[in-house]
Amino acid sequence: MTGTSDGVVSGHTFQGVGVGRGLVVGPVAKAFPSPVLPPGGGGDPDDLDAAFERVATTLQSRSDEAEGALRDVLAATAQMARDPALRTGAAQRVAAGESPAEAVDRAVAQFVDLFTAAGGMLAERVTDLRSVRDRVVAELLGLDEPGVPALAVPSVVVAADLAPADTAALDVTKVLAIVTQHGGPTGHTAIIAGQLGIPCVVRASGVMAVETGREVAVDAAAGTVVVDPEPHVRELAAARQDAARRLEADTAPGATKDGHEVKLLANIGTVADAERAAASPVEGVGLFRTEVLYLESATAPTLEEQTRVYAAVLGAFAGGKVVVRTLDAGADKPLAFATQPDEENPALGVRGYRLVRRVPELLRTQLAALAAAAAQTGTDPWVMAPMIATVQETADFVAMAREAGLRGPVGVMIEVPAAALRARDVLEVADFVSLGTNDLAQYTMATDRLRGTLVDLLDPWQPAVLELVATTARAAGEVGRSAGVCGESASDPLMALVLTGLGVTSLSMSLGSLPAVRWTLRAHTLEQCRAAAAAALGARTAAEGRAAVRALADPEVVAELAL
Amino acid sequence: MSERTVAIGSAQGLHARPATLFAQAAGQAGIPVRIGRPGGPAVDASSMLMLMTLSAAHGDEVVVSADGPDADRVLDELAALLAQDLDAQ
Repeated sequence: MTGTSDGVVSGHTFQGVGVGRGLVVGPVAKAFPSPVLPPGGGGDPDDLDAAFERVATTLQSRSDEAEGALRDVLAATAQMARDPALRTGAAQRVAAGESPAEAVDRAVAQFVDLFTAAGGMLAERVTDLRSVRDRVVAELLGLDEPGVPALAVPSVVVAADLAPADTAALDVTKVLAIVTQHGGPTGHTAIIAGQLGIPCVVRASGVMAVETGREVAVDAAAGTVVVDPEPHVRELAAARQDAARRLEADTAPGATKDGHEVKLLANIGTVADAERAAASPVEGVGLFRTEVLYLESATAPTLEEQTRVYAAVLGAFAGGKVVVRTLDAGADKPLAFATQPDEENPALGVRGYRLVRRVPELLRTQLAALAAAAAQTGTDPWVMAPMIATVQETADFVAMAREAGLRGPVGVMIEVPAAALRARDVLEVADFVSLGTNDLAQYTMATDRLRGTLVDLLDPWQPAVLELVATTARAAGEVGRSAGVCGESASDPLMALVLTGLGVTSLSMSLGSLPAVRWTLRAHTLEQCRAAAAAALGARTAAEGRAAVRALADPEVVAELAL
Repeated sequence: MSERTVAIGSAQGLHARPATLFAQAAGQAGIPVRIGRPGGPAVDASSMLMLMTLSAAHGDEVVVSADGPDADRVLDELAALLAQDLDAQ
């Protein structure tokens, strides 16, 4: 490493949270910071309203030219600049003797405090509020518009935080990547970068220290920003881009190199998800999370409401495979009308299928709605219950589903170690099983999924968790029934090899993860997958297991996907 | 004083896009319109920022109110807007 007299050392790596899988190399273009209030503020009191209006008009015209999520976000920001409560607040402060710039700053700050304290969706709008403040203050002080300068060459835009309005001002043909010091993976910058297909790293602490013009490598897969990268990183970046394009063009059904089929399915939660998935090269839906319908609702959705939604989802995949998970409420997904507020250990309490003990009509209505939707669309869904622990629960659920008139396969989720250990008996009564690896890890490792500090224990590579996956897949193989995986681990290309080697018959994941898994599978034979499975199961630790499988995998795949 | 009680139809509640569209419509109504939770304090319906502080989720009830000869027509239109799923458009 060579140091420079001042500034950031060559080779220095900033770690953040990546969005997407892209890797790019290019010069840094830093966004202009927010205007700092001079002592005593500034601005002409007669210009206050006009300054707000100029900002609103500019933002609205950018909204009119934009599309999709960006259009809505810009319209919302323009509406904030037109907000009567905000403008009145600022005007009252000016009348009380504050300078216009101070008045705008403080009037916005009141809303920022209010929104921050409220948290959730309101807190996510704080970036937009600050952008209104910056723009109006800059107008009042006669400064250039805060944000990103016009980009002469393709650049990596680096900012403390980027408001959607800043993103809109970007010439996207010249933006190689976006890096921010703040923000989160679910914030606007990340969402819009994702929509535009621009690699993005957020929460890269300290990255604003990098000077304009310095070359950086941004790796969204790793969440890193490297200053003055080695020359070979450029070649790597080009290879990764080629691979991504090739991967997306591949629409063949999921299979290993030697033709062993593994169904590649999508995880969905809404009708919109279903429509998006139906337009993509997937072989069906492996997990339809129905609780999305129930969340934020004070009462249970009616039979008619549910039937309408289920029919829309089944209709999108007419004649295809759609695996519906019945209501999985409780623990981290509380429902106003079904969750007991006073449970001491909700993850171990009345959740998932167990709700049938307290409110059996919830499940009966849902199964009836599914049967009605099947009759309407002529497509029989696969139906499964979450949080099954025993063979008796399995038998009871199958009986309820048949009673409701469902004719398609009826199965259960394997998330509780007890069910995995007795998978053979469970499969005597269920038509199929689906492994929820996130919860299976939580219950195998006795580790709360919501406890961030214990995240290492929740690693799906933990050999004990894999042992239970293996037991389940083996039992399914013996009786010739299907065992899928619909947890997060299915979207990890290396884990996909292991799961295939263990005998898992389908992998269900978010749409974005699918191309990399499809390609990785096709690059390996079933025999190689079995060797990977043996290596993962034979390891003493999660890290050793993953390293062993990585060493066995095709080096080209490992390099191009940055595994 | 006329008022209408209506359940929020937008899937994501009265945030972002639905709040923008509703505040625009209320601002163009020509008369002052207020909105609040049943029994709670009411805020200026044309202020998107104040609207969002209600944190009204899908299915939550809100009360819109206005005065004057035009109030009933304006409130009917605004109530219909709130009942729609504005995110779906």
